[in-house]
Amino acid sequence: MTMQGETEMAAKHLSSDRSAQRTDRSVQWEAVIGLEIHAQLATRSKIFSGASTAYGAEPNTQACAVDLGLPGVLPVLNEGAVRMAVKFGLAIGAEVARRSVFARKNYFYPDLPKGYQISQYELPIVRGGRVTIQLDGGGEKEIGVTRAHLEEDAGKSLHEDFHAMSGIDLNRAGTPLLEIVSEPDLRSPQEAVAYAKKIHTLVRYLEICDGNMQEGSFRVDANVSVRPAGSHAFGTRTEIKNLNSFRFLERALAHEIERQIEVLESGGAVVQETRLYDPDRNETRPMRTKEEANDYRYFPDPDLLPLVLEEAYIEAVRAELPELPDARRARFVSDYGLPAYDAGVLTASRELADYYEAVVAAVGGEPKLCANWVMVELGGALNRAGVEITASPVGPEALAGLLRRILDGTVSGRAAKEVFEAMWAGEGDADAIIEARGLRQISDAGAIEKLIDEVLAAHPQQLAQYRAGKDKLFGFFVGQVMKASGGKANPKQVNELLRRKLDAGG
Amino acid sequence: MSLGPDEVRRIAWLARVAIREEDIPDYARNLSRILELVEQMNAADTEGVEPLAHPLELPQRMRPDEVTEEDRRERYQAIAPLVERGLYLVPRVIE
Repeated sequence: MTMQGETEMAAKHLSSDRSAQRTDRSVQWEAVIGLEIHAQLATRSKIFSGASTAYGAEPNTQACAVDLGLPGVLPVLNEGAVRMAVKFGLAIGAEVARRSVFARKNYFYPDLPKGYQISQYELPIVRGGRVTIQLDGGGEKEIGVTRAHLEEDAGKSLHEDFHAMSGIDLNRAGTPLLEIVSEPDLRSPQEAVAYAKKIHTLVRYLEICDGNMQEGSFRVDANVSVRPAGSHAFGTRTEIKNLNSFRFLERALAHEIERQIEVLESGGAVVQETRLYDPDRNETRPMRTKEEANDYRYFPDPDLLPLVLEEAYIEAVRAELPELPDARRARFVSDYGLPAYDAGVLTASRELADYYEAVVAAVGGEPKLCANWVMVELGGALNRAGVEITASPVGPEALAGLLRRILDGTVSGRAAKEVFEAMWAGEGDADAIIEARGLRQISDAGAIEKLIDEVLAAHPQQLAQYRAGKDKLFGFFVGQVMKASGGKANPKQVNELLRRKLDAGG
Repeated sequence: MSLGPDEVRRIAWLARVAIREEDIPDYARNLSRILELVEQMNAADTEGVEPLAHPLELPQRMRPDEVTEEDRRERYQAIAPLVERGLYLVPRVIE
């Protein structure tokens, strides 16, 4: 939720910038964007070895002989990683290859001890699929997924504090990755973010990736070019790396699109290169390129046989698929009568959707009231505290306990917010807080009538003016009654009883 | 197809192999002969033949997703040239 809020703010900021810059252009430019997403698969062990993939261990304590590339070792494929890739393929309606092949991608870097990365090249495990994104102005768009392939991650290099040496931690080496490559179907930074978020939501629904962008479990690279609107040829593209949040993805693309347009409009040519995004300066700059950088000399890895998947295996994985986000969103609209917007927000993560459904079940209905509280009060509190829904100090049962007290008239909506804050602070359940703080709403008609009588008796002048036709004073009397009750009178009842009393007297 | 000295230097660089300048003509000749062999094979009609990924006609076996390796950092690092705070140290590489 935090990320979403930030992205929306960034989007507003960007769209105003862009419209200001675009209007005086003679040529209308169109951006063409494709994303490569590396999702770390949530296996316990590595893709080709039995070393642990747990995050945050002491350096090199989870790097075994296979991960270190010691002589004589052989890779053995992890079935869990294969199953997760198949799940993803089925979820996007792709072809899951009955036969796929692992290849060596050759390059030299110290965090890649073998001198090659085991990846898939010509015959990936997942081929061709689609995801649907929701556009800002309403409407939907289908984005093609060219392929998704299995590969191993590299280690990490640390460049600081080693007296002119680099330190290498190979714990991450061999962690399974699913590289998800989109078609160049995206036409704006906003669409790119919507697509990346969609894939992020999907991999978390499927429980194949924890989606933690700070820890690098979900990494996005963007290929971007521009061309005159209406043209079908592609312009020269650049690749942007180092995009570890949705906000940076959006900003980096907006910046890079502007940069390319400026280059072209001043008569220059875009150079095909890899650029790094620098969030501190909000700019992209070229990586120092070595001319041979892209000569990877792929060839089939002789250490690994072709991966052959039986029909029965694929069907067994299909049977494990959970309800997917699009289906769940549609069900929230049809079953709970929620607006499409609410359904979209509530199904953005599986955990949030689960939470919401647990609240509705515990309340026993009232889905719109539940949606408002989950999205506004709870969502706001989570956002402010920077806490994930799964770590919410107020659980779904507890929130339902409060909503039941709103529904049965025990507390007003205003007092309920105070109760919620106290629940968030750990003061107990709703009933205990209502009692301890004396927030029970006065719904006893007799008590309210008594208050009304007292207020009318205390303000004879206003009463006379009201009866002479000054209707506006009705609000004054409501305010006085509420004040006399210490804010605890049920406002709806105050209105009804006051109206009856004044009208009867008049 | 015949390789020139620049291409030999580039191939050597890609493979991180140090070669002597005076050996380049020999390498160029030998590598070119390999390419000639490939060109001969390219002439064969492979229409409808599935590319061979592995000479064994067997599928890849898989292992269950279980952690089976324990920490043996001390043993592995005992043979490393330079180690500090658990990290392998290498000549500085930075983009």
